[in-house]
Amino acid sequence: MRITLGLDSTSLSRRYPRLAILATLFMAFGLPLGLYVAALAVFPLNTPERLDAMAEQWLGYDLAGSPYRYIVYTAFLLLVAFIAVNYTAVFGGVSTWVERRVAGRMQSRIGPNRPGAAGFLSWVADAVKMILKEDTIPAEADHLLFRAAPYFSMVGLLLPFVVLPFGEATVVTDMNVGVFYVAAASAFVVVGILVSGWASNSKWALFGGIRGAAQVMSYEIPAGIAMMVPVLMAGTLSMQGIVRAQGGWPWQWFVFQNPAAFVAFFIAVTASLAEGNRTPFDLPEAESELVAGYHAEYSGFRLAIFLMVEWANMWIMAGLAVTLFLGGWQVPGYGAEDYARLLGTGLLPAPGWFGLQLLSMLMFVVKTWALVFVFIWLRWTLPRVRVDQMMSLCWKYLVPGAFLCFVVTLVWQLLVPPAGVAFTGYALTALALFVLAKFAVATRRNISKVAGHRVDLGNW
Amino acid sequence: MAIDMKIERQILRRTETSDEEIVVNFGPQHPSTHGVINFVTQTTGEIIRRSVPEVGYLHRGLEKIGEMVTYPGYMPFTDRIDYVAAMFANEGYALAVERLLGIEAPPRAQYLRAIAGELCRISSHFIAVGTMATDIGAATPLTHGLRERESVNDLIEELCGARLTFNYHRIGGVSFDAPAGWSDKVLRFLDHLDSYIQEWDRLISFNQIYVDRLANVGVITREQAVDYGLVGPNLRGSGVQWDIRRDLSYGAYPDFAFDIPVGTGRFGTVGDCWDRYYVRVQEMLESSKIIRQALAKLPEGEIMAKVARKPKPDAGEAVGRVESARGEMLYYVVSDGSEKAYRLRVRTGSFLAMGIIEELSRGIMVADLIAIIASLDIVAPEIDR
Repeated sequence: MRITLGLDSTSLSRRYPRLAILATLFMAFGLPLGLYVAALAVFPLNTPERLDAMAEQWLGYDLAGSPYRYIVYTAFLLLVAFIAVNYTAVFGGVSTWVERRVAGRMQSRIGPNRPGAAGFLSWVADAVKMILKEDTIPAEADHLLFRAAPYFSMVGLLLPFVVLPFGEATVVTDMNVGVFYVAAASAFVVVGILVSGWASNSKWALFGGIRGAAQVMSYEIPAGIAMMVPVLMAGTLSMQGIVRAQGGWPWQWFVFQNPAAFVAFFIAVTASLAEGNRTPFDLPEAESELVAGYHAEYSGFRLAIFLMVEWANMWIMAGLAVTLFLGGWQVPGYGAEDYARLLGTGLLPAPGWFGLQLLSMLMFVVKTWALVFVFIWLRWTLPRVRVDQMMSLCWKYLVPGAFLCFVVTLVWQLLVPPAGVAFTGYALTALALFVLAKFAVATRRNISKVAGHRVDLGNW
Repeated sequence: MAIDMKIERQILRRTETSDEEIVVNFGPQHPSTHGVINFVTQTTGEIIRRSVPEVGYLHRGLEKIGEMVTYPGYMPFTDRIDYVAAMFANEGYALAVERLLGIEAPPRAQYLRAIAGELCRISSHFIAVGTMATDIGAATPLTHGLRERESVNDLIEELCGARLTFNYHRIGGVSFDAPAGWSDKVLRFLDHLDSYIQEWDRLISFNQIYVDRLANVGVITREQAVDYGLVGPNLRGSGVQWDIRRDLSYGAYPDFAFDIPVGTGRFGTVGDCWDRYYVRVQEMLESSKIIRQALAKLPEGEIMAKVARKPKPDAGEAVGRVESARGEMLYYVVSDGSEKAYRLRVRTGSFLAMGIIEELSRGIMVADLIAIIASLDIVAPEIDR
């Protein structure tokens, strides 16, 4: 007997095309936007002082003196965590769809286009499928560690969200050791990879786990040193402090403010690609060598967690690079005084403040998605490096290069006057625009070289 | 051979008692073994001590079948010997039986054979270089190669009605003549192909990571290549200019002028994986040259010689050698005067390539083994038959 769950999104979207478009619009825009608005509404209030003041003014209740205050604070923290975790899951899902569609275009095929408009709901269908599947554990596996491994990775993914600023006020907490915290917390992912590789009791998984451990630990060093460059330039480890030290316009971004930071940006992005196991550094799960690497034995929900970590990690990688080097949420033309003026002194800020906040979140989201697109392009363009090449790239080139950037930045900060920094900003921005233009022209020329090929932006 | 392999495998299994070494089975089900082959690999972590190919999973007794069915009846079975480049498997068998019968295909049929064969070589090489890129970790080139291969398949489908197992050749000719307007379509595709190969080179051939992964990896010296009996692009990648189409010419090939690309060690040593890869890319352009000449000179006339429905060759033996996409493909047919072959033997390029893997695998890395397997362009059914 055939059992239907009524969840067959393909036939549903065929039968009700309008419903499919509505559902797609809701999932594509409503869901993320709702999460952004919820974050904007909740994250800034996430301090005991503000909660106390709110309870005092609106409810007339003395929360600060109440014996239940920690329950209220904890409940509020859980709400914050709920929003952040859901955002991670939604981004992880949406990015799988984006990646598959972009890959389809690059590979001259279509990609998933069945459930929902343009196949957008396929990530929901995938998630439902993964959750409904049986969670098999190999008989010879170390059961406890096998079950626990995905959660190590998930913790490593979720912890950096605590300090990643989405907007001027939209950050869970602005830790004064933010950069250090991100570097430390994201290393949790490798624990999951190593544990899953060991616990699976499979040779492929073991290969993947060992590769993952060697790779992620090695690349933390150049990534950490390269991340110190913006720290030096801003004079603070706080993520918000680093963003506030930059400006909205490209020439005010750290990446263009000194040549060493320009190089450090590429070192940091390369190293974070390796830390996130993205091609060309997808050695721990190299399909053509290790079948599926560390998650070869996983299925069902646990596999879904591993995959979610892999894709949602792109947000951390890209968001971190945007925050440290590309001006974060800074809106061109608006400075710190504008935010302060609109915030006012009352308990509730002016409506304009919310608009400006949404604008700043939009800046961050657009920049981060742009970098995520670059990661996707890289993945579907480049071959995979070999283990020894991966190691030599790290230790022979990236680590010394990052050190050099660090030293040059020190000297630069001491010697170069503000006018020199401004000039460098304009010059490097112009250079970047020139390179982008050359890139576009070369792409167009290369495509038109093949008989019958032309630039085609349709077929999306 | 099979018994030797079994012993080898048992020896390898026993070494697993050592603490530092593990034995990994690359296959029979593995994404990069290009079919059902097992590479029993003795490794200390990422460094391989040695790797022994264990073949035979796809053995279907095709040679024995050749002794059980009539001569024309065996033709569809030859498709299954190498289904990525079935045209050559057809051609080799047809050639062997024609020599046994003492007949020759008419000129037009020989030209059509050359055109169909070279189209098939292009499509087979697209699979070879595409899967090689996939094995190195670049997913995109394979789908682009498959897209171009679709065009070839469409052309061959117009010619003979099939896209994979063609069954196009007949003893004494070919089954169908080229349809009207077909040659224009072929020429249009070749124009596209010639410029597309440049795009392919930009896409993957000269990609720095790709070159670094392949240059100086799996080097087969000229002497080794000859000693191990490698054939086709694997042999030419080592710098040996040997091509059955030129050196033991058959069919219409004496009429065509074409170059034989060989490995030059452009980025590393002569005979490395990149050389074998690039020989295949260049061979596609040479195939394009051959097809253009053949279409220009295509003679009119019959496409089938006079052959009985169930030919009964006189007792004797004959050999048909063709240059397949995977190198020399040799059919050895013995007749006892009946309507079925007394003995049929097929010698294929992929099987010969398996011999050198153990030699190459000493001291390389796991990822290099995958690159070597891919660069030898192995097709599992062709190994086992």
